[in-house]
Amino acid sequence: MASLDDLKKRIASVKSTQKITKAMKMVAAAKLRRAQESAEKGRPYSEKMNNVILNLSNGISDKENAPKLLSGTGQEKTHLCVVMTSDRGLCGGFNSNIIKKAKGYFAKILDEGKELKIITVGSKGNDQLKRVYGDKIIENISFKESKNANYFDADKVGKMVIEKFEAGEFDVCTIFYNQFKNVITQIPQAQQIIPLNNEGEENSSEESYEFEPDEDEILSNLLPKNISTQIFKAMLENSASEQGSRMSAMDNATRNAGEMVDKLTIEYNRSRQAAITKELIEIISGAESL
Amino acid sequence: MSEEFKVEIVNPEKSFLVKDDVSEVVVPAFEGEMGILKDHISIISFLKPGIIKILSQSGDENYYVEDGIVEFKNNNLSILTSTIFNLADMDKSKQQDLLKQAEEEANKTDINDQSKYLADQKVEVLKTLN
Repeated sequence: MASLDDLKKRIASVKSTQKITKAMKMVAAAKLRRAQESAEKGRPYSEKMNNVILNLSNGISDKENAPKLLSGTGQEKTHLCVVMTSDRGLCGGFNSNIIKKAKGYFAKILDEGKELKIITVGSKGNDQLKRVYGDKIIENISFKESKNANYFDADKVGKMVIEKFEAGEFDVCTIFYNQFKNVITQIPQAQQIIPLNNEGEENSSEESYEFEPDEDEILSNLLPKNISTQIFKAMLENSASEQGSRMSAMDNATRNAGEMVDKLTIEYNRSRQAAITKELIEIISGAESL
Repeated sequence: MSEEFKVEIVNPEKSFLVKDDVSEVVVPAFEGEMGILKDHISIISFLKPGIIKILSQSGDENYYVEDGIVEFKNNNLSILTSTIFNLADMDKSKQQDLLKQAEEEANKTDINDQSKYLADQKVEVLKTLN
């Protein structure tokens, strides 16, 4: 059995760990509110953008000559995967869930004999993927300096993706991120952004639009913007998910630490009691033998 | 019948402005300025750098935009843009900063014609503000 002194030290150390996790939980809760707010505020933009593109692609007359970003290159040989994770750890299963989802997808692609290229956004994803898929990672981006997800950063990623697409480096692009459902549930998502996947969505309005300039030109201007918008949306969802995940992880950690302190305290009291009893027995038996 | 319609400006971060007593909006569309009144035909167009003028009952407002898309449908005007500033909130130093950025961009030699054109537009518009 550990000595009284050791137990005391352990209790103190668990208590200080508990303080840290508690503080992290509070910070995450405060950040979560902000992240959630900006995720909600960002939704109208991407929804409207989607709507306009839907209207446009339905209005397009010549499907054959539609921009490549919309219709694809006509083949599916090289896949680009943008895996979006956080830059910081201690957020429960947040990063591992995305990685797990992404790895499943990677295995499928490689099984089919297709080529795979990976861009990682966020250093945690890069850390986890580089061991197995190190040679497939072509780019690693990290926004450690930016405090909140901002459009400027998303635009940088978007422009890079488009550049690579135009250079013919890949045919299909998928982004991986966590969709924020609520504090305890985040759903890892794989969303295909190139070519744009509009199947299953019916245009609600039959109304025809006037386009100025013509559809093709608007589309070719709009589609690159849509890529950045989708990435930005993923970033917002991700940052809300990260904080939510961290909050519940830290909440659990705080509770576990509390349980551990209780257990250790009982053990401490018991061994203190045992020591006292032992001393008493020694005194009594000593007195009796006289 | 009133001659008012609704305008909504959204940027990626948030819904920037919602107004429903607007009588006319002038947007810098790619092929020239375009005034939109109530019951305009449904239209989609995109913007070049310029000034959005919103005329309404509660006062006129001017915004500087660098890019964006306009969609008008059922007397709802949606403007999607990533860079927008209210001219009333914009002071001289901010203008100068933007102008400097735009000029730098316009003076680059390795850009294509379209971005060159857009950068020139920016410079022109910002100069007229000063």
